[in-house]
Parts: sequence; structure tokens; C-alpha cells
Amino acid sequence: MSVSTSRRGFLKGAAASAAAVLVIGVAPSGVMAAGNAADTTMLNPFVKISGDGTVTAIVKHFEKGQGPATGLTTLIAEELGVSMDAIEYEFAPSNPKLYNNKAFGPFQGTGGSTAMFNSFQQYRKAGAAAREVLLQAASHAWDVPVAQLKLEDGVISGAGNKAPVGQFVAAASTLTAPEEPRLKDPSEFKLIGNASVRRKDTPPKINGTAMYAMDVQLDNQMVVVIKRPTRRGGTIASFDDSAAKAVKGFIRAATLPNKAGVAVYAENTWAALQAREALDVTFDNSAAERRSSEDVYNELMAAVNTAPEYNLTKNDQAEVARAIDKADKVLEETFYFPLLAHAPMEPLTCTIEATEDGGIILHDGAQMPTSPHAALAQIFKLPMEKVQINTMFAGGSFGRRATPTVDYQVEAALAFVMTDRSRPVKLVWSREDDITGGYYRPAFAHKVRVGLDAEGNIVGWDHRIAGQSISKGTPFESFSVHDGVDHLSVEGVTPPPYSIPGMFAGLTDIKPATTVLWWRSVGHTHTAYVMESMMDAAAVAAGRDPVEFRLAHLSGDTADEKRLTDVLKLAAENAGWGTPADGRTQGVAVHKSFGSYVAEVVEISGDPENGVKIEKVTCAVDCGIPVNPDVIKAQMEGGIGYGIGHAMRDEITLEDGEVIQQNFPDYEPLRIGDIAEIETHIVLTTEAPTGVGEPGTPPSAPALANAIAAKGTRVTRLPMSKAGVTFT
Amino acid sequence: MAISLKLNGETHSIDAEPGTPLLWVIRDELKLTGTKFGCGVASCGACTVHMDGEPVRSCQTFIEDVEDAEITTIEGLKSTPAQAVQQAWRELDVVQCGYCQSGQIMSAVGLLSENNKPTLEEIDDYMNGNACRCATYQRIRSAIVRASEIMEA
Repeated sequence: MSVSTSRRGFLKGAAASAAAVLVIGVAPSGVMAAGNAADTTMLNPFVKISGDGTVTAIVKHFEKGQGPATGLTTLIAEELGVSMDAIEYEFAPSNPKLYNNKAFGPFQGTGGSTAMFNSFQQYRKAGAAAREVLLQAASHAWDVPVAQLKLEDGVISGAGNKAPVGQFVAAASTLTAPEEPRLKDPSEFKLIGNASVRRKDTPPKINGTAMYAMDVQLDNQMVVVIKRPTRRGGTIASFDDSAAKAVKGFIRAATLPNKAGVAVYAENTWAALQAREALDVTFDNSAAERRSSEDVYNELMAAVNTAPEYNLTKNDQAEVARAIDKADKVLEETFYFPLLAHAPMEPLTCTIEATEDGGIILHDGAQMPTSPHAALAQIFKLPMEKVQINTMFAGGSFGRRATPTVDYQVEAALAFVMTDRSRPVKLVWSREDDITGGYYRPAFAHKVRVGLDAEGNIVGWDHRIAGQSISKGTPFESFSVHDGVDHLSVEGVTPPPYSIPGMFAGLTDIKPATTVLWWRSVGHTHTAYVMESMMDAAAVAAGRDPVEFRLAHLSGDTADEKRLTDVLKLAAENAGWGTPADGRTQGVAVHKSFGSYVAEVVEISGDPENGVKIEKVTCAVDCGIPVNPDVIKAQMEGGIGYGIGHAMRDEITLEDGEVIQQNFPDYEPLRIGDIAEIETHIVLTTEAPTGVGEPGTPPSAPALANAIAAKGTRVTRLPMSKAGVTFT
Repeated sequence: MAISLKLNGETHSIDAEPGTPLLWVIRDELKLTGTKFGCGVASCGACTVHMDGEPVRSCQTFIEDVEDAEITTIEGLKSTPAQAVQQAWRELDVVQCGYCQSGQIMSAVGLLSENNKPTLEEIDDYMNGNACRCATYQRIRSAIVRASEIMEA
């Protein structure tokens, strides 16, 4: 599977990032040695059982909404033999030796829709291993062969005996589990694939008790907000805080050691925000970025109109161009995708406090614990084991909490370093900080020429991509950059989802205009839009039905093409493809990302001039064995909303190097009335589980674009609002 | 200035400057963190609380304006519509990251308190100011319909 192969490359990058996030050297072995989750009630690193029989799953992935707290707990409960009501969960401490993401190498972190993919066998085995030692302990206690015992709903029984598992925990913890415990046959599953399993994190999230990093209220804590330069590459020259001193609760202001901002310390958040407003700061912009979005646009357009820097398909572009020139029909389109902010609902925040033994604790919605763990050990000159990370709920991320630079945790650490460390420091970002100080989905341009023969079959496809690499120059470079090409810039185009004869693809990197980052579904955010818009335009030009045209180009016998075919058919059938209600049009898109296959049909009413209304999105997904079907549906709904909302009306623009948008009023989120209905269908399969956090996003915007194109307007420059499309 | 604040049935004496948003009094002074900070400009609804039973954005409600009011936060919800909404939210697993959900629930309770059988259009209209970046909107809408059914039963 491609996801596993490509993510293996993360191993080297992960080791590098653990050590090289900043400038101070910590050997990767230091990471490996960190922590030890030994505990008498730990039956293994993932399963804890108390004497009263309470089972706790140790969840190695943080919970930002995508459901791993429920999913990984389900795997343990299934194999151990307890009900979902009888199992609790805790987030794992930072310890990449025990809790690494197996898709990332020796690195603990969440991303790339890998949580279920990398945990499925591991967590099942952990649950099964716990079951085996508990059964062994009961077997010894009762002098009954294990084969005669069973563990169901938290009770061990057999040969006339019956007792709750809690009774055997102490004895079981001294036993060694078999390396390969017996796993259930899928036909025995009671919880995996059960749509009635509810989310474990719902109860605290509906009564205000769920604790996010923003909710940390430690005794005597200070709140820090930071005044940052308004341009990338700018630094602090000087500041005057005399007006800030009038703000009640203001403590002090100080320039961060790296001159990347002025830290404003206060007794509470409001005082910190007020005092920052009152600061008079002079920036040194001598090395600052001064480009505007229009400059970036022009640079990208020039790049896709000249010979590409990298030949992705290793073939002769001129030959492909000649085939297209000779074709019966030729289509040509140029696409542009703007910068986008992630804007998770919870603005960035974390809190650092000193411990009595000279260590520190980071309270954080930590997406990649290994990175801040190493960075903080470096900054505080502490051994790894003196740095603890308390992983809390995260109010969304969409990629933003996983920066290779560990940006906000480093800010908090630098702010803490400048104190006497007697008071905890809580760093808070405002929404304006988030929108203007972001790490954005990079701007990209594509230019595509497609040739069709007289029967409407593709005979040539010339595809050029230009944009800013996400990974180059970061500790994660080796994860995705090979032979100079950042896979994250081209995934979704090469290899192409379809059997396309005579395809050329090329890439040109542009120099950084701003800080960029993976944004829910990464490169697929633009590649799927281009591939699926061009397939649609080609179908229309060929006079063929867009679903039939796609199926005809998915006729290969690869597993990928078959699974794409299946989801496409499933979505089309359930959407009533080809028979929209009066006055409505439909658009379709299908795409594979993160190992999962998703097709979506969008049905709209109205028209671009007077207002498009999104009436229904019908989705079909194949993500392997569906572990928590209702969570999968929720992720499709969320991924679709995220993709469509930004495509409709969002962009981040630069003017003289400064970000124009400030807050939600000018970076308008999707609202409840924007999509009337979403319906999701899940393919039942026994393939290994793959991701669901991201794969719902890529087909959503192109499916909408194709429905709008059927009304006469093909949007090639996003957002759609900028192309004159209005929505109701 | 000292202000008497009635919140979740208790009276608190608050020492805060005029112009201080109610949000920060609730979160940083009273340490009730179920009410969330999302935007600070009344554009996302994460900070929604009830003032005399009506949803307001606490980030743009100032301490000097709440002296005689009864404030209710997510932690103090008790009404029949509130119980129905929380039950429906649980049945349908509305939440994802969950950060906006206190505000969503406070608004949904506000809606059902004044209109116990809203149409889908009325739901969309009333809930328009509560943003959810996870886009849980389908379930929010369904859960409000479900809560309305629970209230009717």
C-alpha cells in the first residue's frame, strides 16, 4: 500500500526532527530512552486494569476530533472482551519507544490519517495479549485449562467457575503474554464495524468538562501573548511598553531571545491582550518578505508556462505535446489555489510549568509529542526524562498543531526561559494571531493540456505543477522529498489515479513567500481538484457522461482502479446520478488519498450569478475494514465541509508581505446553512483499515466545481467567490 | 470596580475593569472553562452563554452590562430543553474536536426554549452564528430535530 511505503521514509526524518528541531544537540537515542510506562496494573503499554476491573486503554494518538480515542479503545475492548461502557481511555505520555506511530518510525505523532492504519494490529494484539494473561491467571487459580475458559463482558468463566477480570489482574501482571496472541476472526467481531458504538469523548464535550490546553488554569499562572512581526522574516527592533503599564494585570514585556516577538506577561488573558494592544513595537523589516499575493500568482503562472524544474514522469514532454497537438480535441486549463489558513476552533495554546525535581511539564494538545519533547529538552538543557508532556484534547488541528518548527511550543518555552520559573506560563494565541501568523496551505498553480481522440478517449495529458514545497528545509524533508521532488506537492497527480496513456507531469518549486504547512489532505487539496476538473471537462468535450468517462479510464486491473471504480459506482447509484431534480445539476469526483478511496456527488440548485445552493452531497468511502462506521461517516461529513467551505470563499492574501485577513469575518468559515445534506455510504471490505481524517476532503471541492460547471461556469481560480460564483 | 455577578444560580463579587468581556471573567476569574474563546469578535459563537435565558456572545458582552442579569453557562444548564439537547447530542455523537460544542449547545437550547418545533430553515437561521471548523453541522441540525422530538415525547 502506498501510504505505508511513503510513510516509512518518515523514519529518518523523524529521528532528525527529534534532534534537530532547534540548534542544540540531543541524540535520537535520548528520545528512545525517555520514560518507562511500567506500572503494576499495566498489563502491557496499551492496557491498564485496576483491581476493581476497570479497563483503561492507553491511547497513543491525540484526539483532535477524528476519533482515535474511540477507535483505539474499540480495538482493545474487542480483543480483550469487555464492553465499550466498561473501558476508559487515557492519552499516552510522550515516549516514542512505546507509543511511536508505526507509520512514522521512532516518532510519536498523529497525522497523515494514519492513526487507525498503524494501530489496528498493534492495539488488537495488545487487547488479545491482555486477555491471554488474564485467562492464564484464572487457569492457574482454578486449575482449569485455558482452553476451557472464556472472557466476555469483563467476566472470566468456564468449568463451573466465574469471576470478574479484576480478580486476576495482580497475577496476570506477572505473566508473559505470547508474542502472537490469538486474534479474533472478523466474523467474531462484536464492536469493530458496529455502527452503534458511540464516541468515548462525547460526554465531557457536551457538558463543558472536557479539558483542552486552552482550559489550563494552574495556580499562580501567568498568561503570555506575543506581539509578532507582521511580515515573515521580520524581527523586533525595539518596543515601548509605557502605555501597557497602565493595563491592570500587566506584569512585563520582553523581547524573545530569537527576536521573533515581544512576550507580554499578564495575570490573565484579557490583561495580556489589552497590554499587547498598548505596546508600541518597531520591527526590523530589512530581511522581511515583501511580496504580495499578486506577485506570487504571477510567479506561479510564469512557472507553469515554462519548462518544469523536475520531470516527474521521466519521459519526453515534447513527445506528449506532439500527441496532444495531433489529437481530435484539445483542452487547456490553468488553475490557481491560494494560501489557506487551518483556523482550528481552539486557537493555539500551551502551558509550561516547572516541577519540584527541576523538570518541566508541557500541557498541550500535542499532535507530535516527540518534537516538542526534544525541543523543550534542548531549550531547558534537561535530559529527556525530565520533560513531561500532558496531552490534552485539541480543539481541531487540520495540520496546524504539527509544525516541523514546533512553533508555538518553542514560543512558550522561550517565554518561560525569560522568567524565574516560579510561575507557570500559559501561551495564548488570539484568532488574529492564528489567521495572520499562520503556516498556510501553500499556493499552487497547475496547467494541464489534454488531447482526446475522435471516440473521446484520452491520448495525451501534459500536466505542470508549481508551488512552494512544504517539507524542504525542514527536519521532515527526508520524509517526502526524493530526488528533489517533494511528494507532497504532486501526490494525486503522480501516480495518476486513472489509466492515462501518454502522460507527462512536471514540477517547479517556487521560493518561500511565507511559512507553509500540511493542511487537511495536503497536496490532494489541489491535485484532486485539477485531476477531477480536467476529467470532467474532458468528458463534456467528448460528449460522454462524466461517470462513464471516469469508469472507462479506470478499466485497469490494479486494486486501486477497482476500488476507485467501486466507490464511484456506489456514490453515483445512491446519488441518483443522471437524474437530478428539476433545475438542479450534479458534479462528481473520485480520489484516492491516504490509502482510502472516496467518491462524492454534489447536487446544486440555483446558478452562479444569483446564488448556488448546495442541496446534497452523496459520499462513498472505502477505508478498509470500517472500525467505527459512525466515526467514519462523521469524518466524511467533516472532510467534505472543510473542503467545500474553503473552496467557496476563503483565501489568505498578502500585500507588501503582510496578511490581509484578520479573523473569521474575513476568513469566513463554512456555516450550517451552506450544505443542506450529506449522506455517506461505506464499502464493506476485509482490507486493512486506512485513514478517514483527510480522504473526505479532496473530492469535495472538485465535485462542487463540476456541478457548477454544469451550470456554465468552470472555476479554475479559487476561491469560487473570486470567480464570481455566489452562494445562498 | 466591584461587580456582583449572578452566574449559574450563585452570586459572585467580581473585581474587573469596565469593558472586560464576560468571557474572560467566566474563564479566568471563575475558572469555568466550558465557555470557549474562539474569535473574540462575536463571529464564531464558541463563547455563547445565556443572559436571562437568551444566548449572547460572552466575548462581546461586557461586565458592566450584566450586573442585574442571570448568566448561565454550559456548566449550569438544567432546563428541559437543555436536557433534551444534551441527550440528542449524545445519541447522534455530534461532537468531533468538541471545542465549539458548548456554544452550539447553548444556542440550540436558546432556540428550543423559544421555538420547540423549529423547521430546518429556522434551525439554519438561528444557528448561523455558531461556527464549527470540524463541520459537524449535519448532526447539529439532526440533533436539534431529535431534541425537539424528545421534548415533545
